[in-house]
Amino acid sequence: MLTELTEPTTLKASQPVNLVVNGTPLQLNLLPWVSLLDALRDYSGLTGTKKGCDHGQCGACTVICDGKRVLSCLSLAISKDGSEITTIEGIAPEGDLHPLQKAFIEHDAFQCGYCTPGQICSAIGMMKEGKAKTRAEVKELMSGNLCRCGANTNIIDAIMEVQNQSVHE
Amino acid sequence: MEPYKSQIGQPVSRLEGHLKVTGTARYAGDYSVPGLLYGYVINSTITKGKIISFDTSRAKALPGVLEVFTHENRPSLAWFDLQYADMDAPPGSPFRPLQDADILYNGQPIGLVVAETFELARYAATLMDIEYEEEAFDTDLRSQQHLARSPKIGMATMLKPLPPKPKGNFEKAFNASPNQVSAEFFHGTEHHNPLELFATTTVYEGKGKLTIYDKTQGTINSQMYVANIFGLKFKNVRVISPYVGGAFGSALRPQYQLFLSVMAALKLERSVLVTLDRHQMFTFGHRPPTVQRTRFSADNNGIITALNHLAIGETSRFEDYTEVVVNWSHMLYPAANTLMQYKLVELDVYSPLDMRAPGGVTGMHAIESTIDELAHKSKIDPLQLRLTNYTEIDVSLNRPYSSKELRECYLQGAEKFGWDKRNPEPRSMRRGNKLVGYGMATGIWEANQLPAKAEAILTGDGKLKINSAVTDIGTGTLTVMTQIAADELGLPVEDVEFAYGDSKKPFAPIQGGSFTVSTVGSAVKAVGAAMRKKLFSIAKKMKGGVFDGTDLRDVSFEGGRIFITNNRSRSVSFQEIIVANDNKPVKLSKFSVPSILKLKKYSRAAHSAVFVEVEVDEELGVINVTRAVTAVAAGKIINPKTARSQILGGMIWGISKALREETIQDDGLGKYMNQNLSEYHIPVHADIHELDVIFVDEKDTVVNELGTKGVGEIGIVGMPPAITNAIFNATGKRINQLPIHFDMLL
Repeated sequence: MLTELTEPTTLKASQPVNLVVNGTPLQLNLLPWVSLLDALRDYSGLTGTKKGCDHGQCGACTVICDGKRVLSCLSLAISKDGSEITTIEGIAPEGDLHPLQKAFIEHDAFQCGYCTPGQICSAIGMMKEGKAKTRAEVKELMSGNLCRCGANTNIIDAIMEVQNQSVHE
Repeated sequence: MEPYKSQIGQPVSRLEGHLKVTGTARYAGDYSVPGLLYGYVINSTITKGKIISFDTSRAKALPGVLEVFTHENRPSLAWFDLQYADMDAPPGSPFRPLQDADILYNGQPIGLVVAETFELARYAATLMDIEYEEEAFDTDLRSQQHLARSPKIGMATMLKPLPPKPKGNFEKAFNASPNQVSAEFFHGTEHHNPLELFATTTVYEGKGKLTIYDKTQGTINSQMYVANIFGLKFKNVRVISPYVGGAFGSALRPQYQLFLSVMAALKLERSVLVTLDRHQMFTFGHRPPTVQRTRFSADNNGIITALNHLAIGETSRFEDYTEVVVNWSHMLYPAANTLMQYKLVELDVYSPLDMRAPGGVTGMHAIESTIDELAHKSKIDPLQLRLTNYTEIDVSLNRPYSSKELRECYLQGAEKFGWDKRNPEPRSMRRGNKLVGYGMATGIWEANQLPAKAEAILTGDGKLKINSAVTDIGTGTLTVMTQIAADELGLPVEDVEFAYGDSKKPFAPIQGGSFTVSTVGSAVKAVGAAMRKKLFSIAKKMKGGVFDGTDLRDVSFEGGRIFITNNRSRSVSFQEIIVANDNKPVKLSKFSVPSILKLKKYSRAAHSAVFVEVEVDEELGVINVTRAVTAVAAGKIINPKTARSQILGGMIWGISKALREETIQDDGLGKYMNQNLSEYHIPVHADIHELDVIFVDEKDTVVNELGTKGVGEIGIVGMPPAITNAIFNATGKRINQLPIHFDMLL
C-alpha cells in the first residue's frame, strides 16, 4: 500500500533528541523520520496519546507542545528538540483530575475513549487560544478532532461547562 | 441505615471513565513488552490474479529486518475451512491470509515485514519486488445485478432469517390500489472506521503459550480462531481486550492483523505487534453496497394494501454474507399482500461484514422513504398513516410482540419535536435563504439473547466480583453489568467489581447485535441470584439461628447484609457469612440460556420514532440537520446515561449515513479510492446540532429476565429516512441514493 521510495544506500544514524515531557526531561536517540507521536508511544512508553490515522486527519494524537495544541503524528520528534510537551498523562499530574477530565466523565463525553486524550488536549489548547466564545465557535474549533462513537454533543457540553466556569472565575 | 436504592435505572457514570480521561486505559496496541518486534503488512495492488514472483531480498538485507513472511515461506497451517471459521462467519470458505499466490481482492494482505522498529518495518515494506498476473474482475454491483441469486444457508441464517414467504397476491392488489408508489434505492459501500487502528500485540510466553492483546468484539472468538489455525491448546492461548477503541461490527470477526501477529510470534519466538494503518482499515469487511426496489400501495383511507421489497446485496466470491434487509416492512405494516425478496451478487471484493444495524438501516431507509411518499401521494400526514396502519402483532410471522410501545414513541416524539407545526407542502417553510423541512420515520431492530456464563465470587471483605469474557466496546458494558450485579445482592456499585475482556473468564459470545446486555446481563443476574441463595443457605446454618423459620422469600439483601424483611433488627453481614464458611470466599458460576420455547411464540424488537428538522440552503444546496428527536422503546433501560449516549451515537451515525460517509469505488481499478479519514467523511463537531432522546416506558416480561432489548443499534435505524423525508419536505426532491450531497439538490 505504499509507493516505492528511492532506496538509500545506508540508513541515516539516530540522533539525540531532548524533550521535556510532562515535566520530565527525556533524552532519546531517534532516526530523523520518527514522529513525535511514535517518539512518545514507542520510545517513551507514553501510550495515552493515540494513533488514529498518522496523517493529521483525525486529531487523536493531539498533544500540547510549548503551550500550543499540535498533531504529534505530523511533527517529527527531531523538530521538537528542546520543546516542552504535555500529553494526556500530564494534564493533571497530582492525582486529582483536571476540571475538563471531570466534565468528560460527568457528561459521558466518550464511549470507546480512543479519541478522548486528543479531544481533551485539543480543548485545553483551544481554551488557551481564547478565540472560541460561543458554542458554535467551540464546535468549529474542535472540528479537527473526530469522534466515531458519536459523543459529539456530550464532548461539546463538557467543554462548554468548563469554559463557562473559567470565564466566571 | 437507608433502604437500598436500586442501581438499575440510575445514570451511573462510566466506571472506567477515570482511566479513559487520563490515558491509562490500554488498548490492543498500547502494551510495552520487552523486545517487542513490529510488523508491517504488505497488501496486493491488483484486484484479481496471481503473484508470479515475490522478491523480498532488498528488505531482508536491511539490518534489523528479521523476516518477511509471504505465501512462499509461511509456516504450515490448518487445512480445513472449519478451522478458519469464527462466531460471525457466513456460509462459505473464510479468507486465509498468505494461503497461496491467488489474489481475491484489491488490498489483500500478501506479506508481513517484521523488524526491530516500526519505522524500519514500514520502510522495508516499500522494498518489495512483486510481479502479478492480472485477471479480469468485476466489482460493480449495479452492472452485475442480472447475476443476482439466492444466498446459501448456514449457521449465520439462525440470527439472520430469510425473507418471509409471500402472502396474498401482491401484483393484483398493488395494481388495484388507488395509491401506488414505487422507488429504487442505492447505498454504496461503507467502512466501519473505528478510530482505533486494528492492532494485535502477541506476547510470546514460550512453550507454545501466547498472551494476545487483540482488538476484538469477542475474546473467546479470537482465542478459538488462533488455537484452531495454529494448532495450539485452548488453555495456552489467552486473549485480553478490556478496552476497544470502537468497533461497530468490524471486530466481530478476527481480522488479518491477528493472524499475522500470531504467525510471526510463533515462528520468530518473539513478541510481535502488528498495527494496520488507516489505508489498510479499508481492506477487510465493509457494509455492502445494496440496490433496493420497493412498491407499496394504499387504499383511499390510507390502509396499506400491498408491500413488495426487493434487495440485492454484494458479497465476495468466497462467502455468502447476508443481511436482513427486506423483512421489516411487514413487521410494521399489516398489509394482506406481500412479496419480499433478497438476493446476492458475487463480486471480486472482500466479504462484507456486519456494520451497526446491518440490513436494518439499509432496508428501513427504503421502507420509510416509500411510506413517506405514499403518505404524500395519499395526502395523509405521514405520522397519521403510520398510526392508521399500526399493528400490535407481527403480521409477517403472525405472532404477538413481546412488547411494543411504538405508539408512545410516535406520540411523545411528535409532541417534543412539534410535529403539529409541519406544513406538508414541500418548499413551504423557510428561514431566511434556507428551506426548512420536517421529516419523520420509524425504526425497528431485533431484540435477541444468546447463551452466556458468568462467575461470582464473594470475598471476606463482603465485596462481590463477577467474571465474564465479554468485551466493552464503548457501549458501557462494565458499568451496566456492575449495576445488574449490585442489584442482585443489594450492594452499592463500589462494592462490585466486574472483571471482563479476557478469554480466561467464563464464556460470552461476540459483542454485537444489540444483544450484550440481554445475554451477559442475564448471566450476571442468574449468578447473582444463585449467590443470594447460597449466602442465605450458609447464613441459615450459622450459630444463633437468626434465620430460623424463614426462607429466601422472607429476607432482603441490602448494603452487605441479609435482613429479615419484616424484622430488620435480625440480620447477618456478608463478612460474618464468609467467616462461617471457614473464611473461604463463596464462588459459583451460572450458565444462562434463552428460553427458546417461550421466545418462539413472540416477535421481539426495539422500536423508535424519529423526527428531524433540516435546513437546506436554497442556492447552494448545503444540508444541515438542525435538530432531531428520537423516542425509543427498548424495554428496561439499565443506565439512562450510557443508553442515551448509545442512541445519540446512533443518531450521529444516521446523519453520517444520510449525508456524509461513503467509500468510493473505482470499478475500472477494482479498488476503493478514499481510503483515509480526510476523504472518507464522517460528521465533525460543527456538523452536529440539537439532538434529543426520549426513552419511553416499556415493560417486557418475555424477552429476558431483565426485560432489556438493547440500544446499540436502534438509534441509527430510523435516522436516514427521517432526514431524507425532511429533505423532501424542504425541497420537494426525493433523493434515493445515500449519502445525499448538495449537488444532488441543485
